[in-house]
Amino acid sequence: MQMSNKVSELSMLEAINETLHSEMARDERVVVLGEDVGRNGGVFRATEGLIEKFGERRVVDTPISEAAIAGSAVGLAMAGLVPVVEIQFLGFSYQAMHQIAGQIARLRYRTQSRFEPQITIRAPFGGGVRTPELHSDSLEAQFANIPGLKIVMPSTAADAKGLLTSAIRDPDPVLFLEPLRGYRGIRDLVPDEDHLVPLGQANLVKKGDDVVIISWSYQVELSKRVAESLEGEGISAAVLDLRSIVPLDIEAVTEIVSHCGRAVVVQEAPETGGFASEIIATINDECFWSLEAPVARVSGFDVPYPVGMLENLYVPDETRIHSAVLKTMESG
Amino acid sequence: MPKPDDKQLQMILEDMVIARTQAGRLWNLQRQGQVGTIAPIDGHEAAIVGAVHALETESDWVLPQYREPLGLRRYGAEVLDTFMLYNLGHPAGGHIPEPIKVAPSQISLGASIPHAVGLAWGMSLKDEPGVVLVFFGDGASSEGDFYEAGNLAGVLKAPVILFCINNQWAISTPTHLQTAADSFSSKAEAFGIPGVTVDGNDPAAVYEAVFNARKRATSGKGPTLIEATVYRLGAHTTADDPTRYVPSDDLSAAQEKDPVHTLTQDLKNRNLWNDTKQNEVETAALERLDEAFERAKNTPLLPNSLMDHCFVSDTSRQLRQRSMLMDSMGNANE
Ligand SMILES: Cc1ncc(C[n+]2csc(CCOP(=O)(O)OP(=O)(O)O)c2C)c(N)n1
Ligand SMILES: [Mg+2]
Repeated sequence: MQMSNKVSELSMLEAINETLHSEMARDERVVVLGEDVGRNGGVFRATEGLIEKFGERRVVDTPISEAAIAGSAVGLAMAGLVPVVEIQFLGFSYQAMHQIAGQIARLRYRTQSRFEPQITIRAPFGGGVRTPELHSDSLEAQFANIPGLKIVMPSTAADAKGLLTSAIRDPDPVLFLEPLRGYRGIRDLVPDEDHLVPLGQANLVKKGDDVVIISWSYQVELSKRVAESLEGEGISAAVLDLRSIVPLDIEAVTEIVSHCGRAVVVQEAPETGGFASEIIATINDECFWSLEAPVARVSGFDVPYPVGMLENLYVPDETRIHSAVLKTMESG
Repeated sequence: MPKPDDKQLQMILEDMVIARTQAGRLWNLQRQGQVGTIAPIDGHEAAIVGAVHALETESDWVLPQYREPLGLRRYGAEVLDTFMLYNLGHPAGGHIPEPIKVAPSQISLGASIPHAVGLAWGMSLKDEPGVVLVFFGDGASSEGDFYEAGNLAGVLKAPVILFCINNQWAISTPTHLQTAADSFSSKAEAFGIPGVTVDGNDPAAVYEAVFNARKRATSGKGPTLIEATVYRLGAHTTADDPTRYVPSDDLSAAQEKDPVHTLTQDLKNRNLWNDTKQNEVETAALERLDEAFERAKNTPLLPNSLMDHCFVSDTSRQLRQRSMLMDSMGNANE
């Protein structure tokens, strides 16, 4: 078989849409369900064209019932289908929380693998686009505390394709989180052919020797920009994109932190109980003695995600990441 | 009186015209990038205004979804002022001042329905007069919150009015994909409470239904579910393109029944309204909106407000974050 190495420049949104098309074509067990995913093609057009191509039996506009959407995905999976659920905004996963946390994530464990929760839950989230309440909250750490759920957070269009493909094919439940700001704001070269990025493999997107910025989702984009500008200041900063926080690529974290001896972890979520804390604890466990300075974190604040006018203060930006790196360089 | 008299109908029309006029201006402001996402009220005026005019503003609470604020003028000018702050994304947009019994917009669909039941229940525990009216859409009625709260309200005989505005759409989802029931009001049967469907384009019919539900609630007989059927004449929000899914024939048929036009014509025929009055009301409505917008824009915003009102007083973590924020603001000013 001849494989072409062709690539196309796509936005993250286009990459996601293309992946849904190809996975539905590849595996007829795949069904897509959610609010406005059919006729409207999703409120962001992520599911555009699916209903036309695959019909209303496989692409289902559901009532506004997140609990039933997530809960019925369990039943669909029990029936041997592969549900790909869209929760219109991650903040509305709260309505589905008892099904996601209390049922989906535990299904394999409590039935000792009699039932396989091959379920993907896609949801947009994240700040910077002035949405109404509950549309922007970064809830990944809340989900990371639920054993049995994988959490994937791509930062490029190519990864969105590679990771979503892996997520849909993964026999375990995957929460696939799509940064609102990246839908159209992130564009890169995406392989045309089948493209799989294994879940749990971090990506060292920029090499560096002095300090590593560890991040995920849209904050990787900002971290890359900061790392590049630091070159001009004589600081060699690496950037590690976790790509999935569960499973976490502990080896990649350890390796780069051991190499650089300094690290800054960047997240958009509130500071307390955020996933950055988990990274820092991991560094503490794995490579504490290689550190030359305390690990810093850049986070949102310990308040609910704010209204539009305060958003820019809340969401970490390049300035905050930059000064955290400088502080880390100075200390120790 | 279960039916609005002529004077009340004039006041209802005035509020409807104001809501429609201001909604148009707000849409334009959004298009110019001056305010955030807007959910237009067009087509919902009679249902909202008619309902609100049957309430006692001193004693009765209104818990809106997000499409209603421009129709709540009867509750006080501050509703609009606060709504403009909300549209700007100013934190003060969440604080409708005392003693106005109106809650801010609810983004999480259905979430206010249990709040309404609890509020009504609490009022009856405290022997306070009044009822709670909660607005929600046909789409929101599919949430578990609606079913759980409706059931609870029935059990408690809470003085609450569950007011479902069925505008035939939940973004792109038509009602036949929302429910297989004949009507949304028929769901009341499962709660053991009365359910009524009214023509939401007819403010007098809406008024009457709310009046009766209110009477029932205040006399200790418990909740009512009202479904007001209307048609969403505009987009879902400024972020939506309804031409992708709304059949144009359906829309034109609905435009024929436009509640603002219908009542205007009706009152004109009866010499209760005329073009001069119409112009006066529209001009004043625009001036009022612009004034509210200017005031909102000139409302100071302190960076500190990011950290305010999470708790009564900061945790030690929040104190650190607050001073970090202030330091960074200081740097930015340098
Ligand atoms: C819990 C929840 N799920 C999803 C959404 C996204 N959403 C916003 S408005 C809307 C449609 C609501 O329809 P309806 O209740 O009929 O009100 P309408 O907009 O028609 O007035 C949806 C799905 C939300 N805001 N909250
Ligand atoms: Mg609706």
